[in-house]
Amino acid sequence: MSAPENLPFGVRTGALAAAFKVLNRDLRLAVRRPGQLLQPLAFFAVVTLLFPLGYTPELEKLRAIAPGVLWVGALLASMLALESLFREDAADGTLEQFLICGQPLVGLIAAKTLSHWLLTGLPLTLMAPILGIALGVPVAAMPGILSSLALGSVTLSLIGAVGAGLTLGVRRGGVLLSLLTLPLAVPVLIFGARATELAIAGESLTGPLYLLASLAVLGATLAPLAAAAAVRIGVE
Amino acid sequence: MNWTWFHKFGSPPHIYRIAGSLAPWFGWPAGLLIIAALYAGLVLAPPDYQQGDGFRIIYVHAPSAWLSVMIYGVMATAAAIGLIWRMKVAHAAAASCAGIGAWFTVVSLITGMLWGKPMWGTYWVWDPRLTAQLVLLFLYLGYMGLRSGIDDLGRADRASAVLAIVGVINIPIIRYSVEWWNSIHQAPSVMKMDRPSMPMDMLAPLLMMLLGFTLYFAAVMLVRLRAEILRRERSASWVKEALQ
Repeated sequence: MSAPENLPFGVRTGALAAAFKVLNRDLRLAVRRPGQLLQPLAFFAVVTLLFPLGYTPELEKLRAIAPGVLWVGALLASMLALESLFREDAADGTLEQFLICGQPLVGLIAAKTLSHWLLTGLPLTLMAPILGIALGVPVAAMPGILSSLALGSVTLSLIGAVGAGLTLGVRRGGVLLSLLTLPLAVPVLIFGARATELAIAGESLTGPLYLLASLAVLGATLAPLAAAAAVRIGVE
Repeated sequence: MNWTWFHKFGSPPHIYRIAGSLAPWFGWPAGLLIIAALYAGLVLAPPDYQQGDGFRIIYVHAPSAWLSVMIYGVMATAAAIGLIWRMKVAHAAAASCAGIGAWFTVVSLITGMLWGKPMWGTYWVWDPRLTAQLVLLFLYLGYMGLRSGIDDLGRADRASAVLAIVGVINIPIIRYSVEWWNSIHQAPSVMKMDRPSMPMDMLAPLLMMLLGFTLYFAAVMLVRLRAEILRRERSASWVKEALQ
C-alpha cells in the first residue's frame, strides 16, 4: 500500500512519529489562521463580562459566583471550538486518509485531541486569571485556578472529541454536539468549580484537584478509543 | 456446541415472532402486579409517622427512578451487542428502549417534584437524586437526538451505540460527583429515603410495584421492538406475509 499523497507519513512511519506529524500539521494550520484561535478566547471574555452587566458590578458578590462563571464560560468556549475539530478534515478527505494510511487511528485522533487542547484548553486556562481579576478573585487564588482549569480542560477536550466524532454525520450538528457533551462534562464542572471555590477561599484544593486528575487520566485512557470508533463510523 | 440458537437472535422475523408471543406474558402480570401494588400501597399500607399520606407517591417515584437507570443499562448492553456482533436486531432493541427510559425519567422527575412540594415546601430543590435524574434525562435526549440526526440507519445505529456505552461509563461518575457536590453545598435533606427499617407492609407494595414496572417495561419494549423491526424491514418480503 502506497502512502496517501497529502499525508506526511505512511505505513512505515512509527505510530508515535505519525501522531506527532498530525499534531504538527494541526498546530501549523491553526497558526496560519490566528482569527479562529482567538474566537473561543473572545467568547470566554464576552460571556464573563456579561455577568457584571447582568448581575451586579459589586466585586464582593461577583467573587461568590466567580467559580461558576469561569467554569461555565470555559466549558462553553471549549465546546464552541469543538465543531471545527474534525469537520474540515472530514470535508477534504483527510479523515479518510487517516483510515486507510495503515496507522492506528487511535493515535492520530489522540494527537488531534491534544492539538485541540493546546489551541483552546491551554489558552482558555491562561486567560482565566485575567477574567478572574475582573470578577474580584484575589491574586493568591490564581495558581489554584490555573491548575484546576489546566487539568479540567484536558478532560473537556477528550469528552468533546468523542462528541465531535459522533456528530460527524449530522447536518448542523453544533447544538446536538453541546447536548451530547455537556451532560458528560458535569463531573468536570463540579470538581473544577469546587477547586476554584477553595482556591478563592484560600483553602487547600488537593481533594478536587486529585479528582480532576483522575478524570483526566480516565478520559485519556478511554476517550481516544471511543473517539476513534466514532470517527470510523462517521467517515465510513 | 451448537450455536444456531444464537444466530437465530440475529434474524428479524424470528425476533418479531418471539417478541409477539412473549409480550402478553409480561404485559398481563405487569398489569395485575401494578393494580395490586397500587391497592396495597395506597390503601393497605399504614401512613408514615412523619410524612402522613404524602409518602405514598414513593410507590410511583422510586420504581420509575430505578427503571430509568436500569433501562439505560439495558439500552447500552443491547447497543454493545449490536456494535460487537453487528446484530441489527440488537440495535433495534436499543432504539426501542430510549423512549421508554426517557419517559420513566420524566415520571420520576415529576413525581419527585410533587413529593417535594409538601416535604420541602417547594417543587424543586437541588437534591442529588433529582439533579442526577435531570442529567440522565439529558443523556437520553442526546442519545435520541443523535439517532434522529443521522439519516443513514446503519451509521445512526453504530454512532448512538458508542454514545450509549460512553454514557453508561459516565453515569456512575456523574451520580458520585453530584452526591459529592450536594454534600458540600447543602445541609443533609430532611428526607432520608434509605431507612433500613422500612416496615414490611410499606416495603412489600414497593417491591411489587418495582417488579410490575420492570415487567411493564419488558412488555412495552417488546411491542416497540416489533414496530421498530417492521419499520426497518418494511421492504422485506416476510413483512408482507406477516402483516397479511
